[in-house]
Amino acid sequence: MEAQRKFIVPIGPQHPALKEPGHFQFSVEGEIVTGATVRLGYVHRGIEKGAEARNWTQNLYLFERICGICSHVHATALALGAERLAGVEAPPRAQAIRTLMSELERIHSHMLWLGVAAHEGGFETLFMYSWRDREIVMDLLESLSGNRVNYSVNLIGGVKFDVTEKHHDEILKGIEILEERTKHYLKVVTTDRTFLARTRGVGLMTLQQAELFGAVGPTARASGVARDVRIDAPYEAYPQFPVRLVTDDGGDLLARFKVRTRELFESYRLIREILNHMPPGELTTRVPRRIPAGETISRVEAPRGELFYFIKSNGSEKPERIKVRTPSLCNWASVTQVAIGHKLADMPMILSGIDPCFSCNDRMVTINRGSSSQVWTWEELRRYGIEYYRQR
Amino acid sequence: MDGQAGSPWQQALDKVRDWARINSPWAIHYNSGSCNGCDIEIMATLTPRYDLERFGVKLQGSPRHADILIVTGPVTRLSRERLLRIYDQMPNPKFVIACGSCGLSGGAFRGCYNIVGDISEVIPVSVYIPGCPPRPEAIIYGVVQLLESLKRRNAPAVNLPRQEGAPA
Repeated sequence: MEAQRKFIVPIGPQHPALKEPGHFQFSVEGEIVTGATVRLGYVHRGIEKGAEARNWTQNLYLFERICGICSHVHATALALGAERLAGVEAPPRAQAIRTLMSELERIHSHMLWLGVAAHEGGFETLFMYSWRDREIVMDLLESLSGNRVNYSVNLIGGVKFDVTEKHHDEILKGIEILEERTKHYLKVVTTDRTFLARTRGVGLMTLQQAELFGAVGPTARASGVARDVRIDAPYEAYPQFPVRLVTDDGGDLLARFKVRTRELFESYRLIREILNHMPPGELTTRVPRRIPAGETISRVEAPRGELFYFIKSNGSEKPERIKVRTPSLCNWASVTQVAIGHKLADMPMILSGIDPCFSCNDRMVTINRGSSSQVWTWEELRRYGIEYYRQR
Repeated sequence: MDGQAGSPWQQALDKVRDWARINSPWAIHYNSGSCNGCDIEIMATLTPRYDLERFGVKLQGSPRHADILIVTGPVTRLSRERLLRIYDQMPNPKFVIACGSCGLSGGAFRGCYNIVGDISEVIPVSVYIPGCPPRPEAIIYGVVQLLESLKRRNAPAVNLPRQEGAPA
């Protein structure tokens, strides 16, 4: 694949995040990147086709495994769509629990990203600290659902578990510690001079560019795009618990750090509000085994941006077609454009700035220096970036 | 190196080698089609709460430096070749840990058109860690089991010849 060729994404829509083995090609002139391409599809498993052979309940488990980081939003998007087709709505308490899990998941995902992005910049201390604190929210997720990663919260028509008094206290306690830590992290990413040197003005994406490239989620919001499905088209319990939009006009990596960290505070606030105003009532409602024929779309805000589902049912036990568009996929276009004109040493940070599914050591980078070409592993590029800035 | 198999020199050398291998195994991680669930748990295993590095295990970037290959996920058609290439690049003796239900059996993705199968259909596996995803404790337990079996010198599936159809 030539680095100069037009950007082509040859994959199925399952583009799971972190550590997926993607393949990048940058062409450089000296230190400056002049072109970037990305080759995806290594983890294409054929989930959409597989979904047509499984019934609705089985599909909840399958779609949860599109991405291990934002597993809950995938199952939620499917459940919301299926419920709409069936003409039922999950009870208010179930909606609130779904929202609670979505926000806890957002916290875990953003903390994870903070660590990984710091790691790519050579800031190992922040990586270790943020992952240590992430264990607090992992414990909460586990005590609620019984699993650390694929929580399996949703049923079509409700949720599987209740939030008890004990959970209530536990979550509030955990959130309190996390909030303190997040304040510290916000201070670190906005004041640490070495870190600012790697983030300020790097990977600049203007508002126009963000809209042109169709960026979503925190990546777009860091460029000032006011776009959040939780606000634009509230679902679950978001109408009762409105979200405050977090944007930043910076457009650079620093802005992305700030937006994601501030979103954490917003999530803490929401979780407190939901816990204090948890609606009483049932957890599930009856849903027919066969979902009536029809088509629908379902949009939810994943930690990385807008997640889009198209669902078509033919009235049988199995869906006829489910199409998924994940947020990471939307953001790739922006990163390959933003990369141009930057130093090669900045690439790891720019790529991790969109929070793709990342930090895989075995992704390869091809560097075309004039005539000679050289293949680097991700690890080597990361090391190069750290060394480059250390020498300056 | 060229001592006879039973010679005292060879025995002493083997002892030193085993000691070094058990105390500082370097691992490489490859995602052959997983949902990242296992991958982030492997990452979590290396961070302060669980800290796999206290067993001397270090996650390494290059397969040429690694002793242990930790593979997650079912093997997709595109990543099969890359997985084999990584396995071939690793120096002997090498050990493979299959992490997660998908790596063991295909898991939730069994039957999907782009799945070759589980990891043992592509490369020989020494240790299987079940779970979707396995807890960090389970991953640590799996690694320790491998190290224990090295101590007893009966680790399975070592130094098998390369698979048919693998790239050179």
